[in-house]
Amino acid sequence: MDKQMTATDVVGQLENGMTLGIGGWGPRRKPMALVREILRSDLKDLTLVAYGGADVGMLCAAGKVKKLVFAFVSLDFIPLEPFFRQARQAGSIEVSELDEGMMLLGLRAAAWGLPFIPTGVGLGTDIVKVNADLKLVDSPYDDKEWVAVPALKLDASLIHVDRADARGVCQIAGPDHYMDDMFARAADKTYVSCDELVDSAFFNDPAQARQVHWERAATAGVVHLPGGAHPSSCNPLYGFDVAHFKEYAGFARDAAGFAGYLDKYLGASESDYQTAVGGLDAIRQLPLPVY
Amino acid sequence: MSYSLAELCICAASRAFEGDGEVLATGIGVIPRLAASLAMKTCNTDLMMTDSEAWMLSEPNPLGQRPEGFQQANESWMGFSRIFDNVWSGKRHAMLGPTQVDRFGQSNTSALGGSYQAPKVMMLGARGFPGNSISHPNSFFVPAHSTRVFVEGECDFVSSIGYNPDRLPRGHALSDIDIRLIVTNLCVMDFGGPDYQARLVSLHPGISAGQVQENTGFPLHVAGDVPATAAPTQAQLDAIAALDPHNQRAAQIKDNPPGDPAAGDGS
Repeated sequence: MDKQMTATDVVGQLENGMTLGIGGWGPRRKPMALVREILRSDLKDLTLVAYGGADVGMLCAAGKVKKLVFAFVSLDFIPLEPFFRQARQAGSIEVSELDEGMMLLGLRAAAWGLPFIPTGVGLGTDIVKVNADLKLVDSPYDDKEWVAVPALKLDASLIHVDRADARGVCQIAGPDHYMDDMFARAADKTYVSCDELVDSAFFNDPAQARQVHWERAATAGVVHLPGGAHPSSCNPLYGFDVAHFKEYAGFARDAAGFAGYLDKYLGASESDYQTAVGGLDAIRQLPLPVY
Repeated sequence: MSYSLAELCICAASRAFEGDGEVLATGIGVIPRLAASLAMKTCNTDLMMTDSEAWMLSEPNPLGQRPEGFQQANESWMGFSRIFDNVWSGKRHAMLGPTQVDRFGQSNTSALGGSYQAPKVMMLGARGFPGNSISHPNSFFVPAHSTRVFVEGECDFVSSIGYNPDRLPRGHALSDIDIRLIVTNLCVMDFGGPDYQARLVSLHPGISAGQVQENTGFPLHVAGDVPATAAPTQAQLDAIAALDPHNQRAAQIKDNPPGDPAAGDGS
């Protein structure tokens, strides 16, 4: 089965009002080229579920987001994502604020076909107050109450990986796959962008196959987009673009705002974007961060 | 011997991990991370620590750019999904710097003022604070002790559970919660007062109990003469210097003041 498609094809499969999961973590391995294709489209009223970075900031700034399910939105070295802040402080988006691990449990419940997973996470905090649909339940085995984290079912997930083959076998070679396996499993359709498209035989090597974190049946589409995580990182291929993120954050303080950023960088295609940021070779030269 | 206030705080904060045994010590921010690292090098060598990315280390990494050829001492993979398996097992102690802390030890990392729908200042979000606080011991570091941080009422948003009877979930006990230590630029506190009241444990050199109370929005339990926070030893200062070769600690407390104003600034 050949699951290759273009970024435009992916966005063509998405509909207004859908719930989208976005893989990665903060400024790390975000499917930014697919996010940019959404920015070029008419898609709107999205519900996003993400360990958020500029993916969330940009989609909020572009008015694409109706509701955000989040535990944080951050660029790490710029702790507060500037456009997410603006959207929150303007009250322009609905939010469901969760704990990081609670979000993982919600994705797991969806992936496993369960209505909820019980946990102690959130007890005694405002998380259980501001999320009206988050219920406390009695345990059949003890006398305590617990939080029932509802399944976070996703219409689609967008994920960026290092390598994939045309059948949707995906490899994350960096040190952490984050929660991407659960984003892939929690969604009806998962669309993956990859830095490198490889032959299926590439995975015959057990060391390569060990870095495949979900089965190809959980991948609906594969888009070959070298550098497609930029300006986020795709460790070990490239780090995140510190200078680009600083300039992006600068636009939030500037009168030009997000429109100014889009004018300078978005372009009509990923090829336009990469030319504006200095080309793929420059992206691949970006140093890995030191924590 | 002279030392900076940051170094005094690192040493005082390292003691939070002293009796923990074999748990994952997580310090978020320069001073908490140095405190956890110092504890692992000195008072609790059984501690575990990550590289803040995806690996468990048997030796803490120094902060900032490492020298050419540096190889970190990995002992296992420890990606974020596995962190939660550890958190929920309780074998962890985190030290973090929330924006607000109230009299119950509840903290806020999420939003300030306005309404929840449109906060005046949006911050990080709840992050992992809710799960941390119900699962394992937590300590706080506050670089600028004031009534803006230690608020009079409840936090604007309660990101982590504390010793608030009104919020205690049914069947759970306040004794299940462990807010271990709060280290600030003025003092060390815990919740060892009557009914988990915040208590003054030690005062940094030159600071009075009255000064701390004046900068705290809720009444502190002060029992008798409050001792002075122990000065760093030379061995501790040497360990800190090795863990922080680029002196990032100097930028953590405003104007990098000396730890003992009577003894000079350590530079």
